[in-house]
Amino acid sequence: MVYEPVIGLEVHVQLATHSKLFCGCPTKFGGLPNAQTCPVCLGLPGALPVLNQQAFEWGIKTALAFDCQVAEVMKFDRKQYFYPDLPKNFQISQYDRPLAKAGHLDIAANGTTKRIGITRVHMEEDAGKLLHDPKEPASYVDFNRTGVPLLEIVSEPDLRSPDEAYQYLVELKAVLEYLDVSTCNMEEGSLRCDANISLRPAGASEFGSKVEIKNLNSFKYVRAALTFEMGRQARALDAQQRVAQETRLWDLKSEATESMRSKEGASDYRYFPEPDLVPFVIGRTVVESITRALPELPAQRSRRFADAYGLSAYDAHVLTEHRRLADLFEQAVASYRRPKPVANWLMGDLRAYGNARGKEPEEVQVEPAWLVHLLEAIDQGTISGKMAKDLFVDMLDQQQDPRQLIEQRGLKQIVDDGALDRLADEVLAAHQQSVEDYRKGKMNALMFLVGKCMERSKGKANPTQVTEILKRKLS
Amino acid sequence: MSRLCELTMHEARARIEQGGCDPRELLRDVLDQIERLNPLLHAYIAVDRRRLEAALDARLRQGPRGRLFGIPVTVKDNLCVQDEETACGSRILAGFRPPYHATAIDRLLQEGAVIIPRANMDEFAFGSSTETSYFGPTKNPWDPARVPGGSSGGSATAVAADLALGALGTDTGGSIRQPASFCGVVGLKPTYGRVSRYGLIAFASSLDQIGPITKDVTDCALLLSVIAGHDPKDSTSAPVDVPDYVGRLSAPIRGFRIGVPNLPKEGLDEQVGRAIEEATQVFQRLGCSTVPVDLPHIGSSIATYYVVAVAEASSNLARYDGVQYGYRATEPGYPRGFVWRSQTCGGGRRECREPGGERPPTHTLSLLDMYERTRDEGFGAEAKRRIILGTYVLSRGYYDAYYLQGMKVRTLIKRDFDEAFQRCDAVVLPTSPTPAFRLGEKLDDPLQMYLSDIYTISANLAGVPAISIPCGSSREGLPIGMQLVAAPFGEEALLRAAFAYEQATEWHHQTPAIKGSDPVGQSHGS
Repeated sequence: MVYEPVIGLEVHVQLATHSKLFCGCPTKFGGLPNAQTCPVCLGLPGALPVLNQQAFEWGIKTALAFDCQVAEVMKFDRKQYFYPDLPKNFQISQYDRPLAKAGHLDIAANGTTKRIGITRVHMEEDAGKLLHDPKEPASYVDFNRTGVPLLEIVSEPDLRSPDEAYQYLVELKAVLEYLDVSTCNMEEGSLRCDANISLRPAGASEFGSKVEIKNLNSFKYVRAALTFEMGRQARALDAQQRVAQETRLWDLKSEATESMRSKEGASDYRYFPEPDLVPFVIGRTVVESITRALPELPAQRSRRFADAYGLSAYDAHVLTEHRRLADLFEQAVASYRRPKPVANWLMGDLRAYGNARGKEPEEVQVEPAWLVHLLEAIDQGTISGKMAKDLFVDMLDQQQDPRQLIEQRGLKQIVDDGALDRLADEVLAAHQQSVEDYRKGKMNALMFLVGKCMERSKGKANPTQVTEILKRKLS
Repeated sequence: MSRLCELTMHEARARIEQGGCDPRELLRDVLDQIERLNPLLHAYIAVDRRRLEAALDARLRQGPRGRLFGIPVTVKDNLCVQDEETACGSRILAGFRPPYHATAIDRLLQEGAVIIPRANMDEFAFGSSTETSYFGPTKNPWDPARVPGGSSGGSATAVAADLALGALGTDTGGSIRQPASFCGVVGLKPTYGRVSRYGLIAFASSLDQIGPITKDVTDCALLLSVIAGHDPKDSTSAPVDVPDYVGRLSAPIRGFRIGVPNLPKEGLDEQVGRAIEEATQVFQRLGCSTVPVDLPHIGSSIATYYVVAVAEASSNLARYDGVQYGYRATEPGYPRGFVWRSQTCGGGRRECREPGGERPPTHTLSLLDMYERTRDEGFGAEAKRRIILGTYVLSRGYYDAYYLQGMKVRTLIKRDFDEAFQRCDAVVLPTSPTPAFRLGEKLDDPLQMYLSDIYTISANLAGVPAISIPCGSSREGLPIGMQLVAAPFGEEALLRAAFAYEQATEWHHQTPAIKGSDPVGQSHGS
């Protein structure tokens, strides 16, 4: 039978505020274990939480970027379960009144855009980390991460393929990068994702039983795990078996999901309102001022790129999907006036370079000026298109300006007669007075014309050759 | 006055300021009294004389000379005092030394007070008799066969028996006022939000307040003025200015309207009832009018309280799990780090795997075993009862019927008071339906124990301030307490009314005979 997957994603975003959600401890990643803690985030007896204003505002900012409705009242709840990484054995989270609801994100899908609903955005504190000692049967807890502000962004089950899920994550991350509220670093856990997937016969309207997949440490794993789950569930359904509603873990080595715990006897978190944080009204003026201060978002920038630089909708979309890539483009075209080749190099060669090295394009270190210099060298005929491709890779490998590379490799001078011929013609045409002066016997005029050629070639023409060519043309 | 320890705080302050009293001598006298009486009364869980004297010496050399300079004040065992053991009367926190001061403690220290930590209490303030303390019960100084009330029984006993000049207690359902009434001293529960809860080890966060227990109303005003005020570390503390409680004490109360509610009299000792009636007449003689007020939902207050308070308690006490601090059940040879076997870790790959696939050593505890045994061995019976009750009322399927319903009734109780305070300046009530009961009398009957808080609990549910002051004496010679309740942030009115009453009566001059007598002889007599 043909099945249709129904996919929803829960994304946890660590907000990059300087201090934690309910205390003044730093949020920096990688500190000595338990060095970034205090009585509040350690949950010591008697300590009380105080809401971080910056995190609150960034939460609203993020929700607004997804066109969500911001709640009228900010209210926290306690989510209760026992685990050693949770020092109070409850997590301060939001239950029945999330920070925001009913938003959406438009993603590129099958050559068009598709609107994915965002059910809710809520704020909560992160848990600590358990460290397991392989040499002895003991475990340790690092509470540095405890209390770091998290936003949970829950999508509607609107995604219909692993590719759509991947694209949703890419575009969600783009929005977060543009907002500058998170480092979005999956390796450091500042962006985490759980996926929910069920299958149903194509065309059916009822949902099948849902499986939650955890331990997805990159967007690629999300896609791979969903693809695996589709196959597993389809085989089960074809064999007339029931798909168990459960939580499964993605195993990197076997590239398969494994059952973690059954959801049948769903855990009871005994949510109740957090009595230590008094609910407060979210002022509409606050929401309005945050709305006004929203930066340009990927969708807007994409439209602007298409309009202002004459790029195709596709090119504009790809370029703006990564904030650094889009920034690089704009910096380059500020001093190099032809946008299309800049876009082509960024979308083609830069991405290929990144892919070959397992990097996202925005992770590749490159100065906008290098790109401009490379393009100018091509335009001036200093290097051929073929040479430019190699030079581009060398430029990124060695992190050097292509002008320096050209000089080092003696590619600097223009030795091509045809190019010098054209150069001489241009200069002669521009300086008729000097031509007449030379013909009247003023030798200085020849030196002046040679100088002009050197200037116009930015020093790359061979002066002896230029003198010879000018003499020939003037005789 | 024969002894320094018998001074009130304001008397001691005046003497010290005039150079008529050396804080070292004052502390020495209090410590002598502790050494003499604490073995019998057990107001303190532990007292380290040399440590206290050394701390005072350090403060005398350099330290603030504020409003409480050199005055020994004790604090309940649930208020965090930096580097001092603070265990909430529980085994599960045994050995816990907070790395920080509670805000109220900080404020006492900034005024130069000498803190005597570890006044005994019911475990996690769960009780009305100080009998549930893991460290043993406190005895009532008026009759050591009786309870001092609770949960701040150690604080009230210490003040009544001159083991401290003043004290801080905490009040979630009457835990300051009821022991104050049982011990014949003054106790005030401030408006919710008046005093910062930062560093108060939580029982029920939406009900808990820190307040003074003192020998007279003036001391109560003095201590409250030190600890009251907004604290940015407590989101529930109110940014409301603190009036000059001491300076306003003697402002006349002529024209005050005293609200007299028509309360269920069931279980009310007739001696207590009569004492309250007589106290009401005193107010009339002082130029106050009395008006009948209606508090229709007060009969639901105990039921409401035991839903809301236990729900919050079950959550607040979840953190005592043996992982970070306090008591941990462990097997010999594994003093450090918790250890668990893979099969009990909840499945998945997050658990600790044994090296080389060996079977786990038999002396390790699984995480779940460690949790269960720690909490089983660390909590007493009353704490377990409340954790189970609270877990139940928050459970899926029961939340609406219990917790949500409880919060609704709470709103009605609050509304009752709002309406009453449209008509009067303070409501007069008994503090407790009876004078101090006997040790063990109600320990095995939780419901009877809970009912002893019937007149105090509604002030916590409504968040309003209430004071208990001595207003009589029973046939057995036990003190009787009167409670006055005012509108939110009406502490000034409460203190003024209480002060006027105190000036017009002699009850606060009665003291337990044990203070001056041979404690051994007294204990034989009980």
